[in-house]
Amino acid sequence: MSARAGGGRGLAPYLIGLPGGLWLAVFFVIPILVMLSLSLQSGNAEEGFRFTWAWSNYADAWEFYSTQFIRSIVYALIVTGLCLALAYPMAYWIAFYGGARKSTYLFLILLPFFVSFVIRTASWKFILNDQGLVLGPLKDAGLLPDDFHLLATSTAVIGGLTYNYLPFMVLPLYVALERIDPSLVEAAHDLFASRASAFRRVVFPLSLPGVFAGVLITFVPVASDFVNSGILGGTQTTMIGNVIQTVYLNSNDYPLASAMSFLLMAALLVGIFTYARALGTEQVMEVSQR
Amino acid sequence: MTTKRPLDPALLRGLTMPRISRRDALRGAGLLGASAFLAACGVEGSNEGGGEAPQASGFWASQKKAGQLDFANWPLYMDQEKQKGKTVYPSLQQFTKETGIKVNYKEVIQENDAFLGKINPSLKAGQPTGWDLIVITNGGSIEKLIRQNFLIELDHSKLPNFQKYAGAAYKNPTFDPGNKYTIAWQAGLTGLAYNPKLTKRPITSFEDLFDPAFKGKITMFGDDTDFPTLTMIALGIDPAKSTEEDWKRTAEKMKELRPQIREFIDNAGEAEVLQSGNAWISMAYSGDIFILNNSGAPDIKFVVPKEGAVLWQDNMAIPKGAKHPLDAITYMDYVYRPEVATMLTEYIAYITPVPSVKDQLQAEAAKAKGEDKDYLDSLIDSPLVFPTEADLSNTKRYRVLSVEEEQVWDRIFQPIVQS
Repeated sequence: MSARAGGGRGLAPYLIGLPGGLWLAVFFVIPILVMLSLSLQSGNAEEGFRFTWAWSNYADAWEFYSTQFIRSIVYALIVTGLCLALAYPMAYWIAFYGGARKSTYLFLILLPFFVSFVIRTASWKFILNDQGLVLGPLKDAGLLPDDFHLLATSTAVIGGLTYNYLPFMVLPLYVALERIDPSLVEAAHDLFASRASAFRRVVFPLSLPGVFAGVLITFVPVASDFVNSGILGGTQTTMIGNVIQTVYLNSNDYPLASAMSFLLMAALLVGIFTYARALGTEQVMEVSQR
Repeated sequence: MTTKRPLDPALLRGLTMPRISRRDALRGAGLLGASAFLAACGVEGSNEGGGEAPQASGFWASQKKAGQLDFANWPLYMDQEKQKGKTVYPSLQQFTKETGIKVNYKEVIQENDAFLGKINPSLKAGQPTGWDLIVITNGGSIEKLIRQNFLIELDHSKLPNFQKYAGAAYKNPTFDPGNKYTIAWQAGLTGLAYNPKLTKRPITSFEDLFDPAFKGKITMFGDDTDFPTLTMIALGIDPAKSTEEDWKRTAEKMKELRPQIREFIDNAGEAEVLQSGNAWISMAYSGDIFILNNSGAPDIKFVVPKEGAVLWQDNMAIPKGAKHPLDAITYMDYVYRPEVATMLTEYIAYITPVPSVKDQLQAEAAKAKGEDKDYLDSLIDSPLVFPTEADLSNTKRYRVLSVEEEQVWDRIFQPIVQS
């Protein structure tokens, strides 16, 4: 990079960054600060909330809702794992064997997004009803006990989440796999690598940036999702997103809801940084710097 | 993504390497100054909003008929029928015909708290909520609106039918002395409903819910008022007089029952779960089950548990900022005409605030034949529609909470229904 000479050119990067910076300041930083302030206030919706350094909101949030926090993280881990396992072969196949139809296949993966995901999730409710399309005939045939149900269980919620977030995993994986030069794989074969070891030592390491991005953009929204649990879940499947929504909108307990949002954000950030360090420094960096 | 590398290595390094320089540390000190900012973002209470000013004395005199009424109500709470495949509301059609006021009728209220949560910010800011007429339950919710001065005072000279036909129990209620802000829409009971084909035995008490055979087959209302109130009654506590100690005891009982419960549902959701068979037993509103019985699910039974049920009253009110208040009050009076109240009762089967509906129904039943007559007779004889004094003696009222108590209540019960 050439040396920055002259005052005008020195300002240029800042000027270029200005619109984005302002956007972030107005729509991200200020709301976050307001929320942070709210999370330390006490009072009630009618008489107003006053800033009192009420750290007890955080203690209360954890005391009342730790189960839902932990459940959300566990669900998010399971769903991310399932998505990765399902999406990798899909993305791999499209990238290497999709041929001229690659964009068609990608479009098919995106197609469900053209229907509101609330509607799609609610349709699952009809399909999985206790006496519905799937379970009804199986019960009549005596293959399932009469009191068997899928709705209102963790299985239904995890299934719904996996279904809804799968495309978020496929796309970054596809981008990473698609840019791998097939001649690298051929070279590996020329050097007597089996198909398995060519995958393990060439393709997979090269796709790690895609795995990294896919895991991030799946895990974070899944952990804070509230739609799937609300529609498909029962009494033991409530996620922290549902709690925050209810406490905020129904109880109007803004401080408690804000404290919960901050706890969730903190947990996610710590998780992501740990993850980025573990995967980021050792493998991804090494490969991408090659 | 257009870059060759989906993740820029420099970005990754930034994400993963700790790099706190002296400059960053100084910037951190700047954050301390931000705490002053934090303290400045207190949230104004709704009591401090536009609601403080008393209603101008000439308010009603200056109102003109607008020919439009935006009416927010609960699902299945209005007589309806299918005309050419479209759902229409005969009593609203008749109202439009008589007065020229078009009614924009929306079934948008599924839970008191959720609906109030939606309109509260507008009320607080002194802006229109978009509704001229809302139907809100007593026992916390309507009291909250009254307390915060969010409702328009009614002009009783415009409510002659209410004066003439409303039952004594609906005039001058404790939560709204002199009916200053509200008049009743309907009243009803919260109890249990079940499908005897699936439960294979009658359900008579709250304790029946603990039967292991019903595990995962019970649904309860997911708001944090109904379930606690019914549980309190089951414990022999009068909810209206309950203390914080009682609430904690109730919470323990609710937690005990929780493994039996399949799902917490919307306040209007019990018809769906009972009809689909997803729930064998559900907390339910009397009138909803009466309708369900007459629309394809005759087997479902409503019971007042032997420990008792909740008696509540839904109230019509005009929120501040309403654009068409005169149209709203015209409608409020219209539904107190006995023939209109009868139309409503025939369909929604809740407890009507107009006692002479019973005479109207009897007169109609005398003229009707066959199925129609059977239906009208079942309405007249139903203790859910025309409860006797004895029935009412086994019912309790909701606890009215002060602002401070409400927060305690929410923090005790919300974690249970949000499990």
